[in-house]
Amino acid sequence: MTDIQLDPGALRHLADAQMNVELDTGDMILNLGPQHPATHGTLRLVVRLDGERVLAADPVIGYMHRGYEKLTEFRTYPQVTTLINRIDWLSSFANEVPFMDAAEKLMGVEAPPRAQWIRTTLTELSRIATFLLFLGEMGLQVGALTPAFYGFRDREHVLNLIEAATGGRFHPNFNRIGGLKDDVPWGWIAETRATMKIVLDACDQFEDLVLGNEIFGARTKGIGIIPGDVGTSYGVSGSNIRASGVDWDLRRDGKPYLVYPELDFKVWTHTDGDSYARYWVRLQETRESARMVLQCLEGMPSGPIMAKVPRIIKVPEGEVWVETENPLGQMAYYVISKGATGPFRVKIRSASFSNVSILPWLLQGVYVPDVITILASLYFILGDIDR
Amino acid sequence: MLRPEPPLADETPAPDAPDEAAAPDEAAAPDEAAAAEAAAPETEVEAPPEPNPVHEELLALLRDGGLDDSSIIETADALGGLVVRVANTQWRQAAVVAKSHLACDYLSFIAGIDWQPAPREGTEEGGDTSAPVQPTEMTFGAAGSAGRFQVFAHVQSSTKHWGLTFKTDVDDADPRVESWVSEYPGADWHERECWEMYGITFDGHPNLRHLFLPFEFEGHPLRKDFALLARVVKPWPGLVDVEPMPGEPEEPAEAAEAAEATAAAGGDA
Repeated sequence: MTDIQLDPGALRHLADAQMNVELDTGDMILNLGPQHPATHGTLRLVVRLDGERVLAADPVIGYMHRGYEKLTEFRTYPQVTTLINRIDWLSSFANEVPFMDAAEKLMGVEAPPRAQWIRTTLTELSRIATFLLFLGEMGLQVGALTPAFYGFRDREHVLNLIEAATGGRFHPNFNRIGGLKDDVPWGWIAETRATMKIVLDACDQFEDLVLGNEIFGARTKGIGIIPGDVGTSYGVSGSNIRASGVDWDLRRDGKPYLVYPELDFKVWTHTDGDSYARYWVRLQETRESARMVLQCLEGMPSGPIMAKVPRIIKVPEGEVWVETENPLGQMAYYVISKGATGPFRVKIRSASFSNVSILPWLLQGVYVPDVITILASLYFILGDIDR
Repeated sequence: MLRPEPPLADETPAPDAPDEAAAPDEAAAPDEAAAAEAAAPETEVEAPPEPNPVHEELLALLRDGGLDDSSIIETADALGGLVVRVANTQWRQAAVVAKSHLACDYLSFIAGIDWQPAPREGTEEGGDTSAPVQPTEMTFGAAGSAGRFQVFAHVQSSTKHWGLTFKTDVDDADPRVESWVSEYPGADWHERECWEMYGITFDGHPNLRHLFLPFEFEGHPLRKDFALLARVVKPWPGLVDVEPMPGEPEEPAEAAEAAEATAAAGGDA
């Protein structure tokens, strides 16, 4: 009838297509969350599925919206630290630093050197604690239970250090405008040095256990690729964007803050931009942070930990933008002061908010099990999204 | 930033810790001195001590991109950060130029400001007296404003490592401005947040709907005239710790103010 010769392979495809048409079930709407283990809290994803494939994903956020930007207008500057501790609760200390920096810049005060060094040490310890949880938990999301236990176990050592210095495991509230509440306790430095050995060993262990695992590689390599330019246009920052080959770390490239200009550290990047690369970069950064903590302990000067500040803090009129490289990415505050005891307006720029805003783009066309690994590898904290 | 070497720790507190926080001494770093100078006179930076070379370069690049003097209303140096206030009609063009000429490929945030002072309820009839007292007249921050509402955004370059803040005025009665979604896809959520929090419409936004708040929510919570309900119901008992410490001779300013306030209110008892 026709002179077109179809080879047997093509005929088989045709038969498959016929079968698919018959078995077509139409789109399905699946609610992922708001209570899903991969969502670190209450992120809800409404995904439209065609079989196992995601056609569209719409993150629904706001389940944990606490209105911090409004609340800051009703607090004095020292009271605001209590709020911002709870934005990204895994690295609360690191959240406090940019706000303190902003208030200090507006007031023209600078924290004494020892306070700056201790701040840097504790910021890096927060980073290690945050990343150790990630390194363990990412395994959990691909079905490996063991790394999670190791992650929690090793993070506990670091949390003990933070608790010993600040009194709080999660919400230290340790920064004051012009310095710190207290000096570190006696023996803390030696203990920190010993703990960093544990952390470095733990990193080696994770490298063997997780990165060397074939199944882990199969689940994460080539999954959830974020090209660098797409990532930056969505405001993705931190380890996520460095895993996409964008060589940008505010500790090195931003306005100098804390004592990072005096530390010797490497900014790790990966060119792949997939879930595996994000894990790899965070692993290297955990190591690098441990080395930075050791440098901080070496270089820590003696001296006072508080600058002289008035007892009632009134911040002169002005506005300032302060950004820092937090464990989850760029954390920044735009503080507008009108010369009162409390801020007039604080724009809280949190990392996870922008990191997660790429999800509708990123999840198009991936398979449902990969949604979980992508969510886990982006590593967000709900408090950091919803504020 | 004055960060002395660790061995010098013994002599660092002297230049580093100013006697009075309001008047840091000259040993501070130049940008800090500039900050203090900027803060000490009035609000606007009348005559910056020396122009920041990075800011000059950024402004020159903006002009190269076609943002001329009619588009750029005012610029300011906010403690080392460049603030450029552009005309409302040029808002999207500012993003285009920032992306193409300034290599600002990274959108940090878009948000709104309400410059109107919050009404203070309950100074006489109880209510909230504990919130920090803000000035009662409307003043504007860096680079000024024409009205109550402004939209501001921060863009950065991941290659050049610089960044700047754009501001633009929006109309009080019908606040609207062009959307940046076509330039920065990440603007989507930021603009949705700004829309629900301030009621500022972004023309050209594909899907302007609630982000954080439930869809049936009414009002714009971050506007200054939106009362914080928790404070209306129960005053915040937070601001009581103003007694002087045992070693502190001078009377705290707040106590004096409070005394003045009660005297002015006629409460002799």
